Amino acid sequence: MLPYILRRLATGLLMLVALSMLVFVLLRLAPGDPIDAYVNPNVAMSQAEMDAIRARLGLDQPLPIQYLAWLRAAATGDLGYSIQRNGVRVLPLVLERIGPTILLMAAGLVIAIVIGIGAGILSAVRRNSPTDIGFSVIAFFGISSPAFLTALLGLYLFSVVLRWAPSGGMLTPGAPFSIGDLLAHLVLPACLLSIGHAALIMRYMRASLLEVLNQDYVRTARAKGVKEFWVIMKHAVRNALLPVVTLIGSTIGIAVGGAIFIESVFNWPGMGLLLINAVDTRDYPVIMGATLIIGACVIVVNLLTDIAYAAVDPRIQVA
Amino acid sequence: MSAPAAIPASRRGPIARALGRFVTNRMALLGLTVFIVILMAILSYPLWWAYTPNQIDLRALNKGPSASHWFGTDGVGRDVFARLMQGGRISLLVAVTSVAVSLVIGFLVGAVSSFSGRVVDGAIMRLVDLAMTLPPVILLLVLASIVGTGIVPTIAVISLLSWPVLSRMVRARLLELRERDFVVAARGMGAGMGHLLFRHGLPNCIDILVVYATLQIANAILLEAGLSFLGLGIAPPEASWGNMLNAARSTSVLEQYVWQWMFPGGALVTTVLAINFVGDGLRDAFDPRSDLQ
Repeated sequence: MLPYILRRLATGLLMLVALSMLVFVLLRLAPGDPIDAYVNPNVAMSQAEMDAIRARLGLDQPLPIQYLAWLRAAATGDLGYSIQRNGVRVLPLVLERIGPTILLMAAGLVIAIVIGIGAGILSAVRRNSPTDIGFSVIAFFGISSPAFLTALLGLYLFSVVLRWAPSGGMLTPGAPFSIGDLLAHLVLPACLLSIGHAALIMRYMRASLLEVLNQDYVRTARAKGVKEFWVIMKHAVRNALLPVVTLIGSTIGIAVGGAIFIESVFNWPGMGLLLINAVDTRDYPVIMGATLIIGACVIVVNLLTDIAYAAVDPRIQVA
Repeated sequence: MSAPAAIPASRRGPIARALGRFVTNRMALLGLTVFIVILMAILSYPLWWAYTPNQIDLRALNKGPSASHWFGTDGVGRDVFARLMQGGRISLLVAVTSVAVSLVIGFLVGAVSSFSGRVVDGAIMRLVDLAMTLPPVILLLVLASIVGTGIVPTIAVISLLSWPVLSRMVRARLLELRERDFVVAARGMGAGMGHLLFRHGLPNCIDILVVYATLQIANAILLEAGLSFLGLGIAPPEASWGNMLNAARSTSVLEQYVWQWMFPGGALVTTVLAINFVGDGLRDAFDPRSDLQ
């Protein structure tokens, strides 16, 4: 077990380094001279003065050296300064947006897991019944419609037509903070975010459970006279859940993508909105900082899922 | 030894058998029919539709659907139906081109990876891992922020993002193929890399490529729409389904001029669903195990 974890940790670390290189190279590919931010356009500068700034910032060094310097700074939490918001450090800017995004994604994920697994079990148990076919059709639409379209439709239906939910933001501006207010703002985007994921989980759960229901130990349990409900809940579902757990971990990346669109439509003050605004204004340090943090989070979550999976399933080869 | 008079069904080639299975799949045929209808409409609309996509009519701003403007008009009086058709052309152009590019990259990278040593193979596959782990939308945003908006940059961004999955599948297939007797024999007879890849590798990957291409077209349409929706893909005044949906980010359009965004949304979902049905049908048809069930 330990060697397996160590090997996965090493891979994860390697991917983090690769990600940081990618981010650094992209930063350098970005149009514009990095020292533009330091130059006052109203004051004429000589070439010598520009060179001095370059030297002070280390921009006259070869790229690998620059990368190492950038990496050292990044490792100590210095991701540079936002171009758009004068003098604001990137790291705190990104960190304060993590909370809302995690809240939105966690809520969405919980809803997706509950609905997806429940519907998956129902579909598998009542295979080819109208319930099963109905769920399958809904799941097909859920997977095929993009997050921004479901977000728009949901916003239109529930906020504009029915007026059940506020149309955006995380809290009512100016009102004192209350959990109820937060929840009222959270429910609609979280539900819409969960649609695609729930559909995916449902399909996997259904397929996995159908496979398990054909196994010998399920037949044995039935032959022993165990009630059908308990055969399914205790013997089948627990085993069928394993591949679904991996799926949930490995689709976190897709969920992040969906969250970006939901945040943009609902004006939810998370990482996605920060990233989109940064892209709109070409604020490269913020784009890179946000990408690095999001990428690191996704890599860590994947790592944790793999380790959890190995711990849960004794059949995984850990040698 | 005389040749048999008639070739029995099971002796047909794998592609003929796959097509035979495909035409018995009702959902796939339905998808194909819907897609062909959409495609014909998109390609032929200038012949039978009275309006052009960028024709401004200041006497008909934000008009709802009517007999002359089936899908209504937008904020500057352009006909929504004409823009929908033109947007479809752009969306499909972007999708098909980017899939073609990523097919070539994916096949070549997979091929190189499978035929080279452990170090190169390992490095390429770790890169593919990284590309597959990171949220695609994030990479899309970062790339788009560097290359800017427009048709060519959008195609470039989407193709750059799509090949890793394909290269992984091609590599797996070629690794398996490398050990087969006919490939070993061909090598023994002195066949070069080009011959091995294109005479033996390519035909044996055709099922992977066809299924990937079909499903990826649907995916690319969604990616383009997503980028344009955020204002990073196809820039107005050029129409695309994504940037027509972008209009709904303004509250007045979302609330009062529903036809301006619901029709592009509907077209998007219908097209993607149709292509997905075809893709699923092709995948089942090419699966050699499906005859056993």
